[in-house]
Amino acid sequence: MSDSLLTVKNLKTTFYDGKTRLEAIRGIDLSVQKGEILGIVGESGSGKSILMKSIMGIIPKTAKVDSGEVILNGQHIEKLSMKEKRAIRGKEIAMIFQDPMTALNPLKKVGDHLIELLVRVRGMKKPEAKKEAVEMLRRVGIPSPETRANQYPHEFSGGMRQRVLIAMALSCNPKLLIADEPTTALDVTIQAQILNLLKKLKSDNDMSVVLITHDLGVVASLCSRIVVMYAGMIMEEGTATEIFYSPKHPYTKALLSSIPRMDKAEKSRLTPIKGSAPSLNNLPKGCPFAERCELAMEKCFTDMPAYKNFSDTQRSMCFLAWEGEENNE
Amino acid sequence: MSDNNKQKLIEVNHLKKYFPIKSSFLQKKNQYVKAVDDVTFYINKGETFGLVGESGCGKSTLGRTINRLYDATDGEIIFDGIDIAQLNSKELQPYRKRMQIIFQDPYSSLNPYMNVGEIIEEPLEIHTNLSKKERREKIGELLEKVGLNKQDMEKFPYEFSGGQRQRIGIARALSINPEFILCDEAISALDVSIQAQVINMLEDLQEEMGLTYLFVAHDLSMVRHISDRIGVMYLGRMVEISDSNELYQNPLHPYTKALLSAIPIPDPIKAQRASTESIQGELPSPLEIGRGCRFRSRCPFATAKCAEIDPEMKEVGSGHYVACHLYE
Repeated sequence: MSDSLLTVKNLKTTFYDGKTRLEAIRGIDLSVQKGEILGIVGESGSGKSILMKSIMGIIPKTAKVDSGEVILNGQHIEKLSMKEKRAIRGKEIAMIFQDPMTALNPLKKVGDHLIELLVRVRGMKKPEAKKEAVEMLRRVGIPSPETRANQYPHEFSGGMRQRVLIAMALSCNPKLLIADEPTTALDVTIQAQILNLLKKLKSDNDMSVVLITHDLGVVASLCSRIVVMYAGMIMEEGTATEIFYSPKHPYTKALLSSIPRMDKAEKSRLTPIKGSAPSLNNLPKGCPFAERCELAMEKCFTDMPAYKNFSDTQRSMCFLAWEGEENNE
Repeated sequence: MSDNNKQKLIEVNHLKKYFPIKSSFLQKKNQYVKAVDDVTFYINKGETFGLVGESGCGKSTLGRTINRLYDATDGEIIFDGIDIAQLNSKELQPYRKRMQIIFQDPYSSLNPYMNVGEIIEEPLEIHTNLSKKERREKIGELLEKVGLNKQDMEKFPYEFSGGQRQRIGIARALSINPEFILCDEAISALDVSIQAQVINMLEDLQEEMGLTYLFVAHDLSMVRHISDRIGVMYLGRMVEISDSNELYQNPLHPYTKALLSAIPIPDPIKAQRASTESIQGELPSPLEIGRGCRFRSRCPFATAKCAEIDPEMKEVGSGHYVACHLYE
């Protein structure tokens, strides 16, 4: 834990809609090490995007971070003013979003998106920024970047737009890149290109990456550590090997067995998870997964299980994990 | 053909669907997007035929043309022995009943102003002579069949989650006992844990009702899981057709190979070992299709011949067809 770039302690974010409270993030502890790719997986509504937005301080007006500490490089950033936070965004943390179609300004040339950033954040002069913008486009694998910089976003395909967003995110040499479903809107062949690019840029720039995705295949091929989220909480976290080869939480296990395995020769029937995720305005008192869990016990519905550490890297939030302990001892 | 004993439900011969591009009056010549360009294949009764390809390859257009949501530009669609490609809407009526669709987006494919009962009742009103009471009974049965409750009839779509809405869409499609269902990215919008629920249900319903599916999707691992045979499309053309296990174990067309190797494997050790070579470039614009093989601009094996002659679909193994000069 000594080499951690970002540490999040007991983060809670709630949405307020009139009288209803939607608890989106319910007490998350998380750390991102220097130089690692951390994968955050979870179904829609599990709070993975809001978690990252809470860290960046870009949550919608209807939401509020109730409590928690966010420590970036030894500095508490949760209490900073908007202005101070803005200085960190881009320089220290950058984010790329899921939808490359809407993230670019359609009225602005692609090169100008980058130039604006370079001038504002890195304080470059315009001619210098222009050169650097072209260089950035070249680095993310856009062919003939001089011409492309003068084109508008609509002239770019989805994959190329995502490359532009990556170029923008990297233009200020951030220490942490948050990629929120960066390939979900793309075809598999383009997805493979973008993932390879992310991997390469990560080692070239010596930065850390947080990759948010629902695709277990994507985390397996890219991430060294994985956090599994459900209903605003971390169900399990561990190294990729731990999560894929010895998952401890029933939700992780269920998630892994509900996807078809291309690498197995014979097809077998899929094992779905029954029911659907709980609604955030009516969360159960106990374990949020209890209702869908095949192994749920009585206390799962009434009490919240505590985390149990299985190794220095793996922990899981489940009564069954503790049960095993009691039996062994 | 390997499966002569199986009956073909749908035979598609040289099917074409061109979309004209609106031209200004200065431009004399009309341009066309050739979304489906000379596609020939068949679907057996009771099987699931998977259709895969990148976005823009024409897989959804092909499915919708077969279902006659679009009018075919040219070619034949033989449904149970009759060519339905040129039938007018009145002649088509009996066939509409036998072919149904499940759409991709469970949010926009259900009318928010109608309750679930009315949504499912609509096809029954049009295609059957059932009385109001009989229809209500049938709707109750259908809802239970897709894992919902009879009482859900009175609810509105917004009261349901994505997976449940997709079940409502399936109940609507099943209401008039169709033989053929086009699943147009039917599970793409759902979470992984819910996808498995819907896939298992589709498999059960197929067994129970002898349904034939055309399963259009871009999620190749799911397509492999559900399909008996698979067709791979590229820029309006079918480039490879094969039994699904054969296709995944022995892909022949360079495009199929590239597509399969691009799928991330949910297994860290295997994923590390897998080649990180990804296919270069992107799908070219469908307006700029020249002579020769359409894949040649991205193909690592392209030769001079590929630029000149468009390869034809040939059977290279039992039931395994490929359109590539490498296998001639």
